[in-house]
Order: sequence, then structure tokens, then C-alpha cells
Amino acid sequence: MPTETDHARLLAARAAHWEHTRRMTAVLLVLWLTTCFGTIFFARELSHLSIFGWPLSFYMAAQGASLVSLAVIAFYGWRMRVLDRRHRAMLQNTQEDA
Amino acid sequence: MSQAKPPYFRKLSRYYLWYTACFALFLVALALLEQEGMPRLWIGYIFMFATIALYATIGVIARTSNVTEYYVAGRRVPALFNGMATAADWISAASFISLAGGLYLYGFDSLAYIMGWTGGYVLVALLIAPYLRKFAQYTIPDFLAARYGGGAGGRGGPVRALAVGATIVVSFTYVVAQIYAVGLICSRFTGVDFSVGIFLGLASILVCSFLGGMRGITWTQVAQYIILLVAFLIPTIWLSAKHADNPIPQVAYGSLLPKLAAREEQLAKDPREEQVRAEFRRRAEEYGARIAALPASWEAGKLEAQRALAEVRARNASLGEVRQAERDLNTYPGSADEARARWRDARDANLARARPPEPHATPFPGATEAESDKRRNNFMAVVFCLMFGTAALPHILMRAYTTPSVNETRVSVFWTLFFILLIYLTIPALAVLAKYDIYTSLVGSDYSALPTWISYWANVDKIAPLIKVADINGDGVVQLAELVIDADVLVLATPEIGGLPYVISGLVAAGGLAAALSTADGLLLAISNALSHDVYYKMVDPGASTQKRVTISKLLLLAVAFIAAYAASQRPADILSLVGAAFSLAGSTLFPVLVLGVFWKRANHTGAIAGMVTGLMVCLWYMLRASPTLGGSLDASWLGIQPLAAGVFGVPAGLLATVIGSLLSAPPSQASMGMADYIRAPEQEG
Repeated sequence: MPTETDHARLLAARAAHWEHTRRMTAVLLVLWLTTCFGTIFFARELSHLSIFGWPLSFYMAAQGASLVSLAVIAFYGWRMRVLDRRHRAMLQNTQEDA
Repeated sequence: MSQAKPPYFRKLSRYYLWYTACFALFLVALALLEQEGMPRLWIGYIFMFATIALYATIGVIARTSNVTEYYVAGRRVPALFNGMATAADWISAASFISLAGGLYLYGFDSLAYIMGWTGGYVLVALLIAPYLRKFAQYTIPDFLAARYGGGAGGRGGPVRALAVGATIVVSFTYVVAQIYAVGLICSRFTGVDFSVGIFLGLASILVCSFLGGMRGITWTQVAQYIILLVAFLIPTIWLSAKHADNPIPQVAYGSLLPKLAAREEQLAKDPREEQVRAEFRRRAEEYGARIAALPASWEAGKLEAQRALAEVRARNASLGEVRQAERDLNTYPGSADEARARWRDARDANLARARPPEPHATPFPGATEAESDKRRNNFMAVVFCLMFGTAALPHILMRAYTTPSVNETRVSVFWTLFFILLIYLTIPALAVLAKYDIYTSLVGSDYSALPTWISYWANVDKIAPLIKVADINGDGVVQLAELVIDADVLVLATPEIGGLPYVISGLVAAGGLAAALSTADGLLLAISNALSHDVYYKMVDPGASTQKRVTISKLLLLAVAFIAAYAASQRPADILSLVGAAFSLAGSTLFPVLVLGVFWKRANHTGAIAGMVTGLMVCLWYMLRASPTLGGSLDASWLGIQPLAAGVFGVPAGLLATVIGSLLSAPPSQASMGMADYIRAPEQEG
């Protein structure tokens, strides 16, 4: 039977989960924005360096930034699944305790 | 844990593997027929009709009149396939046909499109898609209306109406461009009339989305993605193996960049190139002198044209010469003002051709620091608009609803970007490979030995030639400065540039057609769903039966498709130039309310309306102010930002207005708050 405390626990668990999600979203967005716009802003300076034969700025604009985006999305998907699973496990535990 | 039904997934995989195998057989069979001497035109016909018939067949097989199937494909499309379908939805005619050509022409600057169109998916994945899936309704206006409420009975009427308006404006300009591309490809490859081409393409779009709705277009788009991937990879792999001895173009073209740079430098210094450029400079100066002497020069020119006509008539010259003189007189500018505009364009075009080639891989080349900075700022502005626009395009976001769970939605965005990147990472490679081929084997060759593809493509479109080449300095050798290639032709001509059989050209055309059709499918569905679900069902007749809703939706789809086809058949140059603007408009209008709706509970109805209206207004106002085609002038731009990138001002304005509007009015209702909590909550629905 759901009780007041069960409901409070659910809300607390949701709040913790949301806090995690929000923080991770912010960190990933900042990381992604700095790689994308940082490499454009300093493209002229970076073009003197080279990576696998490409000038670095050309490589970043043509492939690097897009691959970083893909990695960010992959990491986010994987972490969120872990967070969701942990959240469900925690709710189940509290129900069994009660 | 995972909700995907493994047997369903296996069944789909089996179908598509069979499909791919059959498609490969089809290609081999056509290649053999070509060897046996089948004419080119036939190959073009077979490709067009076979693929269009294929899409229509899938549409017939996937027909449905169930509401959930029709609007969101029953919410059971596995992540991998949803990713593939979204990628096909996303890769438009512009990215398939024109982007590589743009990179060929403009080098580093065009990479903004690669960065922007891929980076936007981070915003989709992190900020919007999972929350839309959790909400689990049908359209984007649905989400905004439920989140912000307000209006009569708190049902969110005003927000919904605004969102519907934005969806229609954005999707309609975009769909006209796709249908236009369908017409061009059909007419270029089969020789049918442009308008006939449009209606052929329309037939396949209609059979599939009309009968099957979201379900039909999803399965068609997966099939289309496979075709466009194969079509793009085969010629690029071929060129890559030919020039870089490595069949993986994405890896190989790095080794070609230094060689290309060396060749560019050589061409920039070549005395014969300089001779041609000097000729263009001279022509530009001539136009400059005539502009300076207006209006006297206009009158003198007119008298000269009349005199020339009288002269050829008097000496009984050949009919051709008389016609030419008549044409010269008829097309002569009607007034001094018109002459000023036309001559200015001609002067600028000649000046552009008088410039030495810009190095392909150098970021933001410019004569001065300020000029270079301006190019960098514009690059960043374009990237920004494309990213935020991507994250607000209704036909892409709508796809978030079709997966079985929130987790599958996140995975599906990953697959989407993965499948997009298979093509997008190849586009810059193709541009470099084709450029290297043209710079080394075409430039410097003899006019008497021009390859056949040049004359073929130069004659395809008589009004606006796709390739122009003329011996300006009369030395019988092709100079780079004598060659003009349209951005649209590079991908289509690549197989022939690389010396591949014509079957591959037909395949590339079929790929371009698939790209245009798949995007048009998604866009038409987005428009007709907004009209039928949001306007008709939610606002006009909330009591409508499910059967009636689907029927209305199908009828509206038909109507919208014909209006779009009609608009495209008028060859609307101004609409086409506005397609890029669709991204700025979508980003400015929808992005702020979507994201704040999820991440800021205090955002309310008033704020949402203020945000959408302000974003739209700022964006439109800047475009009108700074775009020469819309009656403004580039001199009025801020920081030299081009009008297409108006979203760089519109998005922040929209965000700010939403925040201010929300804070100045009462907090949102209990229902809105509850809804915000619900979409954030991690528990599985159902």
C-alpha cells in the first residue's frame, strides 16, 4: 500500500535523478560547445598544427567536431541508461524495505 | 530492460538485408545491360521508375488507417531503424547534391554546413528528444500546448496556433525546395519536362505517405537511406582508390590535401592563368566605366544596339546575325536604373572570376585582418543557426515519438547521427578528390580533347548552364579561370569525372532523388499532421472520431502536396534562397520554448507567447533589413552577419523574451508544473 513516506521517497529519488541529469547535460554541452566554437574561433592559429596529415582546423571542421558530437550523444545515452536503471533499483529496494 | 522486441527487430533486419541484396543484383544486371549496349537514356528511365515504383510498393504494403500507426508508426520502430529513417529524412537534396559542390567552390567556408548540420543533434539528444518521447503524444504543438497551457480552458490554444504557424512556414519553404530538386533530377536524367518530373516524384511521395502515414514513410525512408548511402559511397571510394591508393575516402583524402595545396599555389602563379584573369579584370573595368558614365552610357549603348540592328538588316546579313542583333536590342536594359543593377552584377561576376583560386584548406583567407575576422564571425553565425535550427525542425523532432521507449529514443538519436556521418564525413572527401582530379587532369588539357561529360552537362540545362568553359585567352589549353562549375553538378558528374560506367551516374541520380523524396515525405507529413491533428482535431472538432481524423489528415496531405508542387513548378528563385532562412526561423521561434519548457519550470504561457513572437520578429526583421533580395542592404547588417544567419540574434532574443515574459506574469498553473515534472521523471511509462 503506498504511504506518505513512499511518495516522499519517490519525489526525493526523482529530484536526485533530475539533479544528476541536469548537471551531466550542462557539462556535456559546455564540452561540446567549446570544442566546436573554440576550434572555429582559433582556426587560423590551429591550421599550423597537423593531425594525420590534415591541417588541424580543417580536420576539426570536416570530421573532428562531428565525431565529438557523436561521442557526446553516445556517452549521454549510455550514462542516462545507467542512471535510469539505478533509479529503478533504488525504488524497488525502498519498496521491499517498507 | 530493453523494450525492443527481438523477433520484430530480426524480422526487419532480414527484410532489409534481402532488399539490399536485391538492389545489388539490380545494379549488376544494369551494368551488364550497359555493356551489351543499352542506351544511356534507358538506364536513366529504369532507375527513376524502378525506385519510384519501389517506394510506392512499400507505401502500399505499409498502408494503415490506425491513428497511432498513421501519426507515430505505432511507437514501435527500433532505434537502429528509426535512426536510419531520420537520417534519410534529414539528408535533403541540398546536402546530397549541392553540399559537395559548395565545398568544391568555397573550400573551408562550406564546412560550416557540415559542422552545423551534425552538431545540432547534440541539442536534439540532450535537450529535447527524450522529453518529447516521455510526453508521448503526436506533434510538437501538442507538447507546447500541454506544457504551457493558457488560452480558453487552459488548453493552450494560442501557443498551439503559433507553433502550428511556425511548423508550416518552416516546413513549407523546405518542402518546395525538395520538390523542385525532384523536378530537376528527373528532367536532367530522363529528359522529361521539369513539371512532369515534379508530378512523377509527387506520385511516389503521395502513395507512400498518403496510404501509410508515418508508418509508410518510415519504412520507405530506411529503403531510401540504403540507396543514397550506396550512391554516395561508390563513386567516392572509386576516386579515392584512384588518387590516394586507399579505398576509404574519409581517411585517404588527408594525404591529398598537401598535393592539392601545391597545385593551387602553382595555378595561382601560372602566367597563362594570370592572362585569363587579366581579361576578366579588363571586362569588369569596362562595366565599371559604363556604370560611372550613366545615364549617358545607357543611351549610347541603346543607340549602338539599334544601329547594329539597322546595319545587319541593311547589308542583308544571315538570319542568325539578324536574330542575334534583335536579341541584343530586346534584352538591352530598359532603363538607366536597370542598366546600373545589371552592369553591377556583371562587373561583380567578372571581378569574381578575376581572382586567383582560394586555397581549399585555409580557414578564412582575407586581404586584411578585419576581412578575415568577418568571415570567421559569419562562419560561426552560420554554424550556430544550423545547429539551433536543427534542434527545432518539426519533421525531425516528430521522429522522437516513434520509438518504443525513452531510452530507445536516446539510442536512436545516436544512430541518426551515425548514419548521417557516414555520408557527411564523405562529402568533404569527395570535394577534395574531385577538385584534385579536375585541377590536375582537366586543367592544362587540350580544348580539342575535352572529356565528354563536359559537353554533356554543359548542354543539359540551357537556361542556366551547369558547366561553362570557353577558351578566353585563345591558347587552346583549359585554364582553371576559364572553367565555371555549378555547385549542383559536381556530385552528379562525379562518376563520369572518375571514369565510371553510366550505371553509377544513374545510381547517383537515384540517390539524389531518394534524398529529396525522403525529406519531402517527412515534411509533408509534419505539415499535414499540424493541420489535421492540431488545427482540426484539437481546435475545431475535438469530438472527431479516430477514423475521421485520419481521413482528414490524408486529405490535407494531398492538398498540401499539390500546393507545394504547384509552388515548385513556378521555379520560385526567391523561395529557394529562403531555404537556409528556414533554419534561422525554426531556431528562433521554437527552440527557446521547447528547451525552457523542459528545463525551466517557471516558464509560463505568457513567456512562451512572448518568446515565440519575439524570436520570429527579430529574425524576420533582421532578414528584411540585411537581405538585398528582400529589399534591405548588407550595409545595414550587424557585425557583417549575413541575413541567412539571422537566428544568431533571434535565438537569444527568443530565450530572453520567454524569461522576461514569464517572470513578469503569474507562475504557471499546477497542470503545467505537473507536466514538467512528468516529462523529467525517469520511470518507464506504461
